[in-house]
Parts: sequence; structure tokens; C-alpha cells
Amino acid sequence: MIMSIKVRYFASLKESLDRSEDELAFGKSLTVREVWQCANAGKPLPAHILAAVNMDYVDLDSIVQDNDEVAFFPPVTGG
Amino acid sequence: MSIKISATAFDPWQEVQTYQKSALRAGQFGATSVFIGTMRDFNDGAAIQGMILEYYPGMTEKQLEKIVGEAQQQWAVLDALVIHRVGAILPNEPIVLVAVWTAHRGDAFDASRYIMEALKSRAPFWKKELLGPEDERWLVANTQGYKTD
Repeated sequence: MIMSIKVRYFASLKESLDRSEDELAFGKSLTVREVWQCANAGKPLPAHILAAVNMDYVDLDSIVQDNDEVAFFPPVTGG
Repeated sequence: MSIKISATAFDPWQEVQTYQKSALRAGQFGATSVFIGTMRDFNDGAAIQGMILEYYPGMTEKQLEKIVGEAQQQWAVLDALVIHRVGAILPNEPIVLVAVWTAHRGDAFDASRYIMEALKSRAPFWKKELLGPEDERWLVANTQGYKTD
């Protein structure tokens, strides 16, 4: 089964990668960390990066499902 | 409970008054705690001309609702209003409003502080400071906010 995943990037991370999203397809289950590696071959995960799946915070080792929206972003600075 | 993301400048005092009239019954509440965060014209040794506030539409609202829900479980909150600016902001414009209505003051103070601190660490907003023409920087982290000595 092919899994379709949308990956989104925000703020300084979006600027340094020079894109705001990726559409990826995988043939097997992946963790959030593996999604990063597939989308950003050769680039290590930046320190202090935060991750979300379907708009909830997750651990980098959590498993991503078909049609999930995965997001990576730097520490938040609102308020 | 009301959570709003505003792409334009808002008057927090007007918002509190309007919301209180429409959502709360007179006589029901005995304490209202209002916190307003306003943009400074300085930060970290530099003069700031303006700011761009980015957010994650959908996730930001979802996290704010979760945070207010947590406060409602811990304290006897009658109602809460949270408004946060996004987009281009100028010094002296309000960035965030947290208003909490309760029967007694302790719940109002504690719940509004909890909402504000959780918003600072969990709500997906990011500030980019504009220092001058073609000179900008992303804020790397929020200040601690309280003295730690």
C-alpha cells in the first residue's frame, strides 16, 4: 500500500529549506524522524525542532499514517 | 470560550467589554483577569521597527482551545477570551489578550497565568523582528518572563 503524506515547514525552517511543504509517497510505515530524512536527504534534523502530526505535538519516533499531515517547526515565540 | 486569530489590529479593552456583555450574565462573575501583551520598540539590545507574526492555521487554534480547556479543568472558569495577532505588527500594538472570568480572584489570576504561559511555550506562533530596511531576525526563544533569583 502506498501512503501519501503532506509535510509542512514553518518560520525560520521554511526559509532555510526554501519551501513550505512537500508531498511524499511511501511504501511502508515511517516514523516522523524518517519522514524528515526522506524529505530532506542528507540534512540532519535541526536541534530543538518541534514536530506535529495532524496538528498535535508528537514525538519524533511516533508512526505516521496514510494521509497524515506532518509539520516541522522551530520553538514557538508567540504571546 | 472564544479564541480568535486576528490579522488586523484590535482594541483589547473593547473586545473584553463586548465579549463580557454578550457571553456573561451580570451578577454571575466576581473576578475578571485581563492580560494584554503589547509590542515593544526594543528587544535584546536593538531598536525594533516592526514584526511579522507567523502561525500555523488550524494547529494554532487547536492548541489554544486545548490550553483553555486544561485551565477550565483545573480552575472554576466561567468563561475565557483569547485573541492573538498575526501578520505585520507595529510597536505599541497589542499582540495578545487573555481574559478570564471567574467567581473569585484566585481562579482568575491562576487560570489566566496558566493560559498565558502555556500559550508562550505551546501555541505555534513565530516572531520575526524587523530592525531596519533589509535587516530582520527570527526570535529564537521567548524570554523566561519571571525573575528566577
